[in-house]
Amino acid sequence: MKVLVPVKRVIDPYAKVKANAEGTGIDTTGVKFEINPFDEIAVEEAVRQKEKNPAITITVVSVGPEAAEEQLRKALAIGADEAVLIQTDDELDSRAVAHELAAFAQELQPNLILMGKQATDNDANQAGQRLAAKLGWPQATFACAVEFAGDNLTVRRETDEGEETLSLPLPAVVTTDLRLNEPRYIALPGIIKARSKPLTKRPRLTDAKPLVRTVKVEQPAPRQAGVRVNSVAELMTALRDRGAL
Amino acid sequence: MSLLLIALNAADAQAGAGFAQSFGSEFDVLVLTKGDVPAIGARQVFSVDQADLAPADAMATMVQGQLGNYTTIAAVSAMWSKDLLARVAGLVDAPMVTDVIAIPAPGQYLRPIVAGSLLATVEVDGAPVFLTIRPAGFAKPEERANGSTSSLGAPSNGVTVRTNKSASQGGRPDLTQAKVVVSGGRPLGDAATFERLIGGLADKLGGAAGATRAAVDSGIASNELQVGQTGKIVAPDLYIAAGISGSTQHMAGMKDSKIIVAINTDGDAAIFQIADYGLVMDLFEALPAIQSALD
Ligand SMILES: Cc1cc2nc3c(=O)[nH]c(=O)nc-3n(C[C@H](O)[C@H](O)[C@H](O)COP(=O)(O)OP(=O)(O)OC[C@H]3O[C@@H](n4cnc5c(N)ncnc54)[C@H](O)[C@@H]3O)c2cc1C
Repeated sequence: MKVLVPVKRVIDPYAKVKANAEGTGIDTTGVKFEINPFDEIAVEEAVRQKEKNPAITITVVSVGPEAAEEQLRKALAIGADEAVLIQTDDELDSRAVAHELAAFAQELQPNLILMGKQATDNDANQAGQRLAAKLGWPQATFACAVEFAGDNLTVRRETDEGEETLSLPLPAVVTTDLRLNEPRYIALPGIIKARSKPLTKRPRLTDAKPLVRTVKVEQPAPRQAGVRVNSVAELMTALRDRGAL
Repeated sequence: MSLLLIALNAADAQAGAGFAQSFGSEFDVLVLTKGDVPAIGARQVFSVDQADLAPADAMATMVQGQLGNYTTIAAVSAMWSKDLLARVAGLVDAPMVTDVIAIPAPGQYLRPIVAGSLLATVEVDGAPVFLTIRPAGFAKPEERANGSTSSLGAPSNGVTVRTNKSASQGGRPDLTQAKVVVSGGRPLGDAATFERLIGGLADKLGGAAGATRAAVDSGIASNELQVGQTGKIVAPDLYIAAGISGSTQHMAGMKDSKIIVAINTDGDAAIFQIADYGLVMDLFEALPAIQSALD
């Protein structure tokens, strides 16, 4: 049983971000990079499944710059077996990434692809669904529980109204939501120890171009600062005067 | 240029109507579940004869068959629309832009990135263009008669089977469409207290209850109440944030609200930077006092 987990290197989700001077992208000077939190949840889930079923092998793959090796090492430290970096400095969108991942999946033939529902930098929420479509596999997005059931997978997923449970045949693509699990803490020695695990670098597998191009990045207009009220009575008066109640 | 608006149901068609009417061309609407369709000025209404939305694989195949010659396929941003439209966009290998808040020029789309910390203007190659849109950025719709209506049969089964479905809480208005939202954070402590203080005030104001991720993760509120980068995006006339610190991720989901009230014991909490009215006070005192003031 093979599980493939794509991971993305993203700007630290807790960092204060600014647009770059040219207004064409994010200013990355001096900011930390992390594994996309949703992808980290996907790695953790794969590892938990492997702890239940040692026959699982976990491959993590990243499509991105050389520096993404850092995030792949982290994934190996969490418990993935091997890592592949599809190394490129090309600007990619969800479509181009889905094409790369589909080509890689066709080679690896995983039974399951587990990945984040969105990356916290561009918030696109598309790659998993596009990948599933391209492979012709079923999908379960926004998963909050995943269980293997023979040749099927049972996935509880978050919906706009609550939750639902899907049963889908493998192979399948599952995207993770926040409540699937809480990733384990990995201390530095763990990351160093994982250095002996295999990490392969290779060039892009397709020439898929992005179909969405960013032409401008800017700071949103700040919201007008408001006033302090000193009591509930004062608040109620202010809201009534504004016609808000 | 022509638009197909895809809507989950009548309320969703209404939510997308302002965008569709301001799009600058005629539009058709495809309503994915059966029910009355509001008068939004659609040239043609296609209504799918099913009570519940089928899983994404079955739906995507069906929608793919309805793409015709439309140049733009749009739906209101939601979990169902991201699940479905991104799959259809993948099937036809076409561009997609999620969470569009404005169309600054033809072929350009404005959308928030990095939890709303920045705004990106994007351009696309290829057609049709798939969009999920946030209605708050577009004009309010007018009531206009629709053209013809046709019914489409339910989609053929895909390989995915839904075995269970739970929708919690009836009664309160839909979070994304409510005029008033009362939200609570971690200090609410437990589900019963949340329901009493946050739910109780929401009911008094005829509004919906919302929550932070911290509140949802600790079981204080159910997941569909989460407001933020990875939850619901709301823009009500009045948003009351009680015991919410104001993380970037939470503010991403509510900072376009018309009036924001923040109640927090910490006068330096980030939420006060975007609040119209800030009250530095214990929420366990403030919320009951507001409820009694409304009696
Ligand atoms: C990838 C990712 C996605 C995320 N997505 C979301 C999202 O969609 N939505 C979201 O909300 N968060 C999201 N988060 C989490 C976010 O970063 C914050 O952790 C979360 O919003 C904090 O919730 P909170 O304000 O309830 O809790 P806290 O940050 O703990 O704040 C509690 C606040 O309550 C105040 N307080 C304490 N006691 C009282 C009292 N008695 N009366 C009044 N005030 C009191 C405190 O001063 C404090 O300001 C995400 C995080 C990540 C990494």
